Amino acid sequence: MTGSELLMIVGMTVVTFGVRYPVLALVGRLQLPQPVIRALRYVPVAVLTAIIVPELLIRDGSWQVNPSNAYLVAGIVSALISWRTKNLLLTIVVGMGVFLLWRAITGA
Amino acid sequence: MNAAAQPTISTRRGEFLAGMRATLPLILGAIPFGIIYGAFGVGSGLSPAATLGMSLFVFAGSAQFIAAGLVAQDSGVVLIVLTTFVVNLRHALYSASLAPFVKHLPQRWLLPLGFWLTDETYAVVITHYTQPDGSPYKHWYQFGSSLFMYVGWQVWTLIGIIAGQQPGLAKLGLDFAMSVTFIGIVVPLLVNRPMVACALVAGVTALLTYALPNKMGLMVSAVAAIAAGLIMENVITPRRQRAPAVTSEQEAAP
Repeated sequence: MTGSELLMIVGMTVVTFGVRYPVLALVGRLQLPQPVIRALRYVPVAVLTAIIVPELLIRDGSWQVNPSNAYLVAGIVSALISWRTKNLLLTIVVGMGVFLLWRAITGA
Repeated sequence: MNAAAQPTISTRRGEFLAGMRATLPLILGAIPFGIIYGAFGVGSGLSPAATLGMSLFVFAGSAQFIAAGLVAQDSGVVLIVLTTFVVNLRHALYSASLAPFVKHLPQRWLLPLGFWLTDETYAVVITHYTQPDGSPYKHWYQFGSSLFMYVGWQVWTLIGIIAGQQPGLAKLGLDFAMSVTFIGIVVPLLVNRPMVACALVAGVTALLTYALPNKMGLMVSAVAAIAAGLIMENVITPRRQRAPAVTSEQEAAP
């Protein structure tokens, strides 16, 4: 490991631990205001959707809204399975299966 | 269904094992994600030790992936650390959401639980914490989930580092594993109109802000989406008060 790699890992560790731990340890000892608690309920949907949607629609920096985009097709199938069954394991297994199959078919 | 039919897990060991079991589907998503990270890390010019070191000490999959991509572009250490901070800011919000459930715990619990907090463990444990079964050992559930994710992540990273010598692995597109995991977490949360509004605004804003540097679009989208959810909540609440008998949102559930 080089010196700059070490520096990078130390820095990343400090900032990541720095956003996870202090809030967990301190906020529980203070009473959070009701509006903050209400807002927090939307955090997972907000953050994860913002990660997923560009992953599915934008590949290599350009829009890929067409049936040969396996990410998009398998993403839609996964969302439908999750919506109908609410079964996480089934969603992941079938979603990955559809993804790999679609890539094989379209030869991308 | 009556309440007595629900099994109550009330031992430390029971909670620990239940936490591991509940995390299993997410481990399946993390396997290809971790392998791809390991392969991508060494492929980006990181040493194998640094690639594994990131998994051991940073333990944040999406941030590790983005950092490896920045290393490949010869980005400076300061930029990489700043980007990691921005990408992981959501963990502060997860922590704040979990804090009320762990505030009675001593530091020897809070330190590891904080260090091990991931999207996956959060998704699994928040549902469990909010169930009103009164179990006093729910932190053992989080411990089981966290430890399972952490040990697994090291193994998948190692496999990826070893497999990374094979050219073409990173082009297989196994990064879809992260997307499908997040889809399986998010979709069941869309139970009412404010949540749907939140998701729609998050998706559209993320597309519009995609070109912003250092993944800043992610934070902008998250803030806009939370605001959208709260606004929608305020819009529909007075209507409900006028007609409290109407619970039309329930009929959408299969």
